Amino acid sequence: MTFSVGDAVRTSGRDPEHHYRVPRYLRAKRGRIEAVHAAFPLADARAAGDPAPPIETLYTVAFDGSEVWLDGAEPNTVYHAELWESYLLPIDGVP
Amino acid sequence: MSEHRHDDHGHDHPHDHGSPAAEMTARVNALIGALEARGVATDADVTAVIERFLAAAGPSNGARIVARAWVDPAYRALLLEDANAAIAELGLDMSHWAPVELRVVENTARVHNIVVCTLCSCYPIALLGPAPQWYKSEAYRSRVVREPRAVLREFGVIVPDDRDVRVWDSTAELRYLVLPQRPHETDGWDEPRLAATITRDALVGAAEPMV
Repeated sequence: MTFSVGDAVRTSGRDPEHHYRVPRYLRAKRGRIEAVHAAFPLADARAAGDPAPPIETLYTVAFDGSEVWLDGAEPNTVYHAELWESYLLPIDGVP
Repeated sequence: MSEHRHDDHGHDHPHDHGSPAAEMTARVNALIGALEARGVATDADVTAVIERFLAAAGPSNGARIVARAWVDPAYRALLLEDANAAIAELGLDMSHWAPVELRVVENTARVHNIVVCTLCSCYPIALLGPAPQWYKSEAYRSRVVREPRAVLREFGVIVPDDRDVRVWDSTAELRYLVLPQRPHETDGWDEPRLAATITRDALVGAAEPMV
């Protein structure tokens, strides 16, 4: 699935045993694509020593503070993370 | 985070979340020993490369970039659109051992930006020099994502609730630099004088320019 700037996305709720770049507080959270970057080797595979890691598009995804921290969020804050494509689902996707 | 390995995104690491620094030191020493044994490079060669890199890497680079953007609207536009191309115009380069994509985010009357690396300590080292200790601390990294306004207040930066705060977490391949707002008091100042107002902390959003 390829995304464009402005698309609504949800992070995967997966909790893998291996190296993974979706912080726990950001799992199964709704955000929007803020920027589309080049394709880079997937960090999960690189950390495992895979000599030919998958190359995936990297995105900057914006999350409203209230989506991530619920009632604990400060007003008008937006958190941005760089996430690989396989970490993301269209907003109506299944985990 | 127990599986988090640092050898895949090249920069310094505090190793304050499990892996002891001693282990990394031993690994580095073993590598240098192997290079020496094979006649590839000596310990002094490695030190010289690091010193040359660090001698060219300091916050004055970031300050020059900002000062140019403040006086030249076309440069500012390029900096926000393609930061790597913009810094190349000033003879600067993000890459040390691998290409790095730089993104510059602009503070405005409506937006304040702040940079963090929650995984370790990713930081635009080529433009700012080594990251300060606070940037690497677990307290900063864990708090600024959740309560950036409170953290900024502790730095002396008061952001009114109706001004957005954008937190940029360097979780993968990009590095971030903040373009601060030009203070009103600096009308007519030349670039070197403007650059002198811009501190290291202002370039990651943890301070305002000093006038």
